[in-house]
Amino acid sequence: MTTVHVGCGAGFAGDRFDAAVPLVAALAQAKGERFLTYEVLAERTLAIAQRLRRENPDQGYSPFLDVYLPLVLADCHRHGIRIVTNMGAANPLGAARRVHELARGLGVRGLKVAAVTGDDLLAAMSESQLREQPVIEGIALEDRPIVAANAYLGAGPVAQALATGAHVVLVGRTTDAALTLGPLMHVHGWAPSRLDLLAQGTACGHLLECGAQVTGAYFPDPGFKDVPDLARVGFPIAEVGAGGDVVVTKPPGTGGAVNRMTVIEQLLYEVHDPRNYLTPDVVLDLGDVEVEEVGENRVRVSGARGKPPPATLKATVCVDAGWLGEGEISYAGPNALARAELAASVVRARCAAIGVRDPVRVEVLGTGAIFRGARRDRNAVVPSPAVGEYRVRAAVRSMQRKTAQQVSDEVLSLYCSGPAGGAGVRQHVTPQVATASILVDRARVQAQVTVVEAP
Amino acid sequence: MSEIDVPLHAVAHARAGDKGNRSNVSVIAYRPEAFPLLVEQVTEARVLAVFAPRGATAVKRHVLPKLPAMNFVIDGALEGGVNASLGLDGHGKALSFLVLGEITVRVPRECIPAGSPYLEASGRREVTGG
Repeated sequence: MTTVHVGCGAGFAGDRFDAAVPLVAALAQAKGERFLTYEVLAERTLAIAQRLRRENPDQGYSPFLDVYLPLVLADCHRHGIRIVTNMGAANPLGAARRVHELARGLGVRGLKVAAVTGDDLLAAMSESQLREQPVIEGIALEDRPIVAANAYLGAGPVAQALATGAHVVLVGRTTDAALTLGPLMHVHGWAPSRLDLLAQGTACGHLLECGAQVTGAYFPDPGFKDVPDLARVGFPIAEVGAGGDVVVTKPPGTGGAVNRMTVIEQLLYEVHDPRNYLTPDVVLDLGDVEVEEVGENRVRVSGARGKPPPATLKATVCVDAGWLGEGEISYAGPNALARAELAASVVRARCAAIGVRDPVRVEVLGTGAIFRGARRDRNAVVPSPAVGEYRVRAAVRSMQRKTAQQVSDEVLSLYCSGPAGGAGVRQHVTPQVATASILVDRARVQAQVTVVEAP
Repeated sequence: MSEIDVPLHAVAHARAGDKGNRSNVSVIAYRPEAFPLLVEQVTEARVLAVFAPRGATAVKRHVLPKLPAMNFVIDGALEGGVNASLGLDGHGKALSFLVLGEITVRVPRECIPAGSPYLEASGRREVTGG
């Protein structure tokens, strides 16, 4: 029985740049078909990429392509490890051309690269058609300018791209789990009707898609649940048999841990109804899943069940949401809390005085600001001693960049015009997008696989 | 059998995720014998009471006895979500620890993992919250 190995080298855009190096070393030792995935595409990431592509048709793929791939491309090619990633972002074809450039620079010859397109609904539908689709989550689209609209493709197109023999497959918006399920369907020949197998593969992909969140990261709570050597946490590898047997592990010699607790936390991460997790490939039922430790840092996951996928596809529509302006300043030592609160009141008064109309939040970090508003009446109330270190934070969302900057600048001006000892100002003014999820007919979405030749 | 009142943090671990203005918080028992007590005591109503002042409108609990774990889906928990919130934690990533810290449960001492700081501190009311 052939076992497929899938490693995940990034769980978000900004994940550790060299995390895949130990993965590649471990995969190089394994037998059978091996894959390395990178998941980097949040909703907002894709909107930013779409803007870049509009400005320059060669751009719009993930800038992390240049961060992640040069470290592993030659070794992957040498050892027959194929790469599947959504670093195609808004421009999978452009990304494929960039991979060829990187390969040339590294002296990698004979690389075959495939791109999956078709998720971009702006290419297939008019803006007015998009606005007619039902919104299931998020803001009302109304007449706000649409920045990006992308349907979530499933694993089928990924499997088709691998069937071309491509060494690197670049996709844009697919489900994150498709990066894993696609290779499994391709190697094991799982048909779309084998719903329980697709369910196991989807559960496996879900476990891998956030990288080290399944191998002991985003997990440690010192004294309560600890893992060794977090600074060298190993990213995950799944071993998946043709019958859907899934074992999650990590490269030898790395930090972190794979155990029942790390796997169960990730199994439910960003899941709503665990018995009905909708994907384009299958409706995943985790209700009877069993998670068992079968060796050191080896956990078997079994019992995922599949139901037929929904008739519609989910798509994310991104609209321009103006700017987020933030400023922060710290106060430390005797009477710090009173100085921080005075600073906050000054910023509030100044924002009113200069005519900021958008809602402004000014809060003192260290006094329970993170859990703002929640009922907190027992042991969890954070005491706020007068002496300590406090950070004042102001935030505004505005369609006007100027307003966002003004609020941020009111914190900056506290250096010379605020309470005693104001320190460490940081300012951020960043463009924002808002999103809505809509449902679209599958017939409107035609995925396409293109093999991009070396130039 | 001696029972003590402890924050959920003593007997369970948790992870929070977001989609739009909806948060999900898993609650996973460290020890399987604690799970039935958690199902009994950590109700939708109690979780909603924690989040309602933030604007939450509904809580749906999913129980997964085989793990054993519960998954709470909290509508309206995120001040509009990461694209709209003025808060520092727009994703609500810290909210797992709000649930673990704010909800208190009464359990036999055996439900608390050996070596837990809560066992060592259980004589001190200010730590256990009892």
